[in-house]
Amino acid sequence: MSATATRRSATWAPDSHDFPTRRYDLVKEFVIALGVMLVLTIVAALVFSSPDDSALSLERWAQEAPNDVVATATGELAGTTTTATYGPPYNTNADGQSLGPVVLPKLAGVTQPIDAANDFVITPLRTLSSDPAVAAALRQWSSASADKRTAWAQAYSDALAAAPDGDPAKVASGDYGPVPALAKGELALASSGALEGLVSSRTSFFGTDSTKPLLLLADGTYLEDQARAQNLGGDQWGIMNETGNYPGQPWLWLYTFWYQIPPFSTSDNADVQVWALMILLSIGFICIPWIPGLRTLPKHLGVHKLIWRGGRWR
Amino acid sequence: MSGQLVTSTVPAGAVVQWGFLTITAANLIVILTMIVVFVLAILLPFPADRDEDRP
Amino acid sequence: MSRTDPAAPPRAGNHDSWTRALSGWIEGLVPKGQWLPDRQPAYVASWIYVFGVACLAALVVVIASGLVLTFGGITWWHTNSFGHFVNSTHLWSVELFFATMVIHLWGKFFMAAWRGHRGMTWATGALAFFGSLGTAFTGYLIQTNFDAQWISTQAKDGLNAAGVGAYFNVMNVGQMVLWHVSFLPLVVGVIVGLHLLLVRRRGVVPPIGAESPVGAESPVAAEPPARAQPPTASAPDAAPPGAARPTAGVSAQEVGS
Repeated sequence: MSATATRRSATWAPDSHDFPTRRYDLVKEFVIALGVMLVLTIVAALVFSSPDDSALSLERWAQEAPNDVVATATGELAGTTTTATYGPPYNTNADGQSLGPVVLPKLAGVTQPIDAANDFVITPLRTLSSDPAVAAALRQWSSASADKRTAWAQAYSDALAAAPDGDPAKVASGDYGPVPALAKGELALASSGALEGLVSSRTSFFGTDSTKPLLLLADGTYLEDQARAQNLGGDQWGIMNETGNYPGQPWLWLYTFWYQIPPFSTSDNADVQVWALMILLSIGFICIPWIPGLRTLPKHLGVHKLIWRGGRWR
Repeated sequence: MSGQLVTSTVPAGAVVQWGFLTITAANLIVILTMIVVFVLAILLPFPADRDEDRP
Repeated sequence: MSRTDPAAPPRAGNHDSWTRALSGWIEGLVPKGQWLPDRQPAYVASWIYVFGVACLAALVVVIASGLVLTFGGITWWHTNSFGHFVNSTHLWSVELFFATMVIHLWGKFFMAAWRGHRGMTWATGALAFFGSLGTAFTGYLIQTNFDAQWISTQAKDGLNAAGVGAYFNVMNVGQMVLWHVSFLPLVVGVIVGLHLLLVRRRGVVPPIGAESPVGAESPVAAEPPARAQPPTASAPDAAPPGAARPTAGVSAQEVGS
């Protein structure tokens, strides 16, 4: 074989139709494969079943972590929660993550507008007009200036953080205005099971959009506590994982890997950086046949000698 | 807020850890099984067809 | 020409009949006899070759179990034991689908199966992998359980940072259900169809370093010359004149470095 032919043999292949052939029943192969896959699936389903850790409700949140509900409602009023400070696509309170000079969320704009204080707390509370304490608190809130509202809510938020277990009953006295009554009302709404519907039904009679109750739940610490206990946290490689002893999405290993190492693990823009890197790597993966060095790599690895070891085609 | 409140009814799965590498036992079993199946697929002889080769 | 003679050569009417042109194009996509050949090149003799078909079989089980799961809506499987069983078959068939796909991928990588103008076969396979990844991900979002709550509230940050979240809202379960059961499986299905077509069009890649046993065509040529002699009856795998040679659509990059 000439030097040219040797060099080319890594990327060039003769016409497969020119080789001697052997009988090969593709249809039989497929039918057997289908049977094997079906049996393996059914056996695995019967033996291992599948995980179904039931959804958290705002009602359960209120029952099991009432102080977290109060702290979260106060945070929404103070404008300090994740949602309240998010930026696009929910509001304009931040720009969102940047990739160099490009801020993609800002370009996409606010497509699911959310006013955290009003959508999550004030508007639902207006249905509690029969409660005189809440009605009075709402009147006081409405008549106050924006600065005053924020000052009350921020002060109460700080006081809750300083109280033992964040217990509203143990908060030091201070100028919190109507905020404690509003937060207490929010807890009552959540406990009654009404809050979920009040938060989400504003968009549609048919409850197919779970965005707002999910964002509210995620603004607290309760959801994350449950997730971390199941090894689902971002720094636990949680994107790959499933609740209980079940395999999850192990094929996402590379995506979650980047979040574990610098510079991504310490970056404020990690999400967009990891996304950009993964898109680049994915394009590279698709284009392996055209990348010099990579496309000839398998020839040097030698595994092909084990696959084609019969030599009957020569 | 202090102290985590965990109320899940499902016990968390087992986890294997080397340094910063963390993987659940279930995912590890899936990946190891795939590697074993791949190695077997390459090493085990494929049943030969008695039919003669044709050019 | 208002009428065509059935005995006329098949290509005679291509210029004035769109139907003939289309039918000729479809026939030429794959060399004659190669849609479902009952013979394969002699080097196709390893268990690694069964994983592509195994993956396709797993996809059939995935789609079938997913269809049954849709019959009762999106929450019935939480309270119905048969529904939970169907959900389990959907989960495990997906795990089998990805496992066989990745083993197939490893095999094709080590065989450098993109050689001989098979670059697009690899590329469509890789695209099928990424499409499946997105489809599986939306499946996790519509479980309507704790897992879905956590995954959606986490995943939103990555998508929002990329500007995608403005239009693809992972916390909107109604939107995700429709993506999961309509557009995404359709995309995966089309890519898989293209992938299979390319596999049948080019045939199975010959071993690394193998020389062509017939005619010893020069490997230097970008496109082997069309065969001068007509194919004999004893060589059913050979393409007849007029059928697409498995070398159609050569791209310059595919030729040696």
